[in-house]
Amino acid sequence: MKILKNAVAGTLESSDLFIQIEPDDKELILEIDSVVANQYMDSIRAAVLDTLKEFEVSTGKVFIKDKGALDCVIRARMETALKRGGVEQP
Amino acid sequence: MRRTMLFLPGNTPNMLINGDTLGADTIIFDLEDAVSPDEKDAARILVRNALRYQSYPGCETVVRINPTDTAFWKEDLRAVIPLKPDVIMPTKVNGGAMIREVSACMAEVERAAGIEEGTVKILPLIETAMGVEKAFEIATADARVIGLFLGGEDFTADLHCKRTKEGNEIFYARTRLVCAARACGIEAYDTPFTDVEDMEGLEKDTEFAKSLGFAGKAVISPRHVDIVNAVFSPTEAEIAYAHDVMDAIEEGKRQGKGVISLRGKMIDAPIVKRASQVLEMEKAIYGGAQYE
Amino acid sequence: MSKLLGSLKEAIEKTGLKDGMTISFHHHMRNGDYVLNMVLAQAAEMGIKNLTVNASSIFDIHEPIIGHIESGVVTGLECNYMGGKVGKAISRGILEKPVIFRSHGGRAGDMENGSSKIDIAFIAAPCADNMGNCSGKYGPSACGSLGYAFSDAMHADKVVVLTDNLVPYPLKDTSIAEGYIDYVVEVEQIGDPTKIVSGTTKITRDPVGLRIAGLAAQVVKNSGYLKDGFSFQTGAGGASLAVAKYVEEMMEKDHIKGSFCMGGITGYLVDMANKGYFETILDVQCFDLKAIESIRENPKHQEISAMRYASPAAKSAAVDSLDVVILGATQVDTDFNVNVHTDSNGYIMGGSGGHCDTAAGAKLAIVVAPLIRARLPLIVDQVLCKSTPGSTVDVIVTQRGIAVNPAQKELREKLEKAGLPVKDIKELKKIAEEIAGVPKAVERGDRVVAKVLYRDGTLLDTIKNTI
Repeated sequence: MKILKNAVAGTLESSDLFIQIEPDDKELILEIDSVVANQYMDSIRAAVLDTLKEFEVSTGKVFIKDKGALDCVIRARMETALKRGGVEQP
Repeated sequence: MRRTMLFLPGNTPNMLINGDTLGADTIIFDLEDAVSPDEKDAARILVRNALRYQSYPGCETVVRINPTDTAFWKEDLRAVIPLKPDVIMPTKVNGGAMIREVSACMAEVERAAGIEEGTVKILPLIETAMGVEKAFEIATADARVIGLFLGGEDFTADLHCKRTKEGNEIFYARTRLVCAARACGIEAYDTPFTDVEDMEGLEKDTEFAKSLGFAGKAVISPRHVDIVNAVFSPTEAEIAYAHDVMDAIEEGKRQGKGVISLRGKMIDAPIVKRASQVLEMEKAIYGGAQYE
Repeated sequence: MSKLLGSLKEAIEKTGLKDGMTISFHHHMRNGDYVLNMVLAQAAEMGIKNLTVNASSIFDIHEPIIGHIESGVVTGLECNYMGGKVGKAISRGILEKPVIFRSHGGRAGDMENGSSKIDIAFIAAPCADNMGNCSGKYGPSACGSLGYAFSDAMHADKVVVLTDNLVPYPLKDTSIAEGYIDYVVEVEQIGDPTKIVSGTTKITRDPVGLRIAGLAAQVVKNSGYLKDGFSFQTGAGGASLAVAKYVEEMMEKDHIKGSFCMGGITGYLVDMANKGYFETILDVQCFDLKAIESIRENPKHQEISAMRYASPAAKSAAVDSLDVVILGATQVDTDFNVNVHTDSNGYIMGGSGGHCDTAAGAKLAIVVAPLIRARLPLIVDQVLCKSTPGSTVDVIVTQRGIAVNPAQKELREKLEKAGLPVKDIKELKKIAEEIAGVPKAVERGDRVVAKVLYRDGTLLDTIKNTI
């Protein structure tokens, strides 16, 4: 699956995150900026990669500003962004 | 026990995470009015994930879905039913057919998800003149229906009148809903009080709803929870009396008495029933710690 | 004899300020203070180096001090609280000598017993006369109480009063009297009135904060301390002030007449006193305009010094007579130690203030805080900085349960009996981690950037540099 168009999801409120995705044919670019990077970066990255895998997306640009969202919120916002970006649930 | 049913906006992570800590007996994840049309998808996925990954101990979970004349409601059900929320709240319910339509779709999703059919219940939001007139039909339309819930705002709009704090304009709807619900052995729940700052008005309105026979009330502000809980909770005197009733029954049984009286009044079946309801609530509220 | 000098420069010269001295400031101008920056800029211009600044608190407005540290004008820093901007620079290690953190009571006590020596105190005064009688109650920069400045005035070798509101001698309502003052300087403005106090201090609207406050009030009620003669302190922020609201409702219902409320005073506490719920207000610092008006007009509203508030060197202090205090926390560990000095990444962004003083003095010290803040669990195995020892903290109240210090068995039983959600502190930690995930430990350097002194002057903890 591929990201077909630019899309955004989420907000910059506390406990939420804001995601921007863009198509890219060649590589996967993942940029995460988080207020809890020191404590939770591994887990944030895992939740993002896991959602990408679930949707069989291997390339694209993903930019994230995280305000301390729980994993379930990260996964929800990722799924929303991907669906809005034209990715269908496999 | 549904003294308070607190609405939580479906697209606000912070509220979904903490909703169960705000003191309400029931929390309603709102996919309808609290979510703008272009965020329906986001809220649906967020609520689904909240139900999947979070636990809400001691709190009943309800999902308010979008109206059946929109493109959203079936998707709402497909997303949340597999996570087994306790109850689905359909909106603008105006007759039994609508309940059966929702129930059939729920059954379909339940079957596909391998959940026993009928697991998730329905609490219809009645907020049109037609809905109020068909309250009894709605209450008896499907075995999933556990109560009737009045939505005063949309209802008064439908009546072409103004919603007031005194609430004369919804008096008929209130009594009609309570009567229809009680006629089917289910409960009725009152419309929220919408002035977030007016605590005195809230208490008065809640007392009045209780006096009409409502079992609880929806709230749109977490700050309303304590007052509504207090109104719908049994008082200390009621709890003490309920204990006395039960003690008298026990005592009567031991002595083999047929007719039991307490403080000069005969204890009949309705009194016993009421007493046991009070004690159940006492246990739910205080965990049985109040009177050891 | 005239103490009134023409300029700050002249005052600095007259006091004999030299390299290596310690100068002090109070923080009643809070984030609107111009005086600390003004004095340091003047000292820098005069080529003075190697100063130690002892300020009761450092706020973000004092950011220019970073430049003075880099240029060697300031080489030592002592305070009771430090805002995030300067805190971040200190955490990164710009100052060679570790910052000394004290508590409000500890600072006063250390000056009193001579272990903290002040060469020259600069006192921002919202009104003063030409002999140095001064007060915080009047003038365009009014701040109310001058509580934290008393020790400086009494114990510094030289004392300079800076005012933007010079009044004819004698000032009619003096807080700090002329006998302690060496010089008076009139300046254009000692602070930005819009940042000295808030217009009104409002109770939080955050539903979780209110929930926590409601539970904390239940703890107060069921502890047995809420009866006639009740004394109470609470902060202005977050859930703290909301506790006062719920406590007031309980006092109203049960017709309880309290004795005193104390601390940073807000309009809310003033209203409670005026309604008769407290006999007296003991005010070491005003937080809003209503508090200032009250300390000026209301004889029940007394200004108290930091010594009277909390000094462990005094024969007694008001904290020793306090029943209940409501406190905040950024972290709490499973031994009930509280961190209010750093954020969860180890950056300095606070300080004890009166935290450890009131916890030690009060019969019941309650910490209120959300169990999870932007994913970060409140309760950790070990706090990044021990600001207040766990042995003085009685109860932690969160929205998902209440932890009682194991030393308080009777209290725990009372709260359980009342049906409150009492949980073991380790259980609360587990609940938070189940929701948020287990946070990775924050790595820090091995350089000590700050020493935290307990109120009796002993070393409580050190803060390491961030990396």
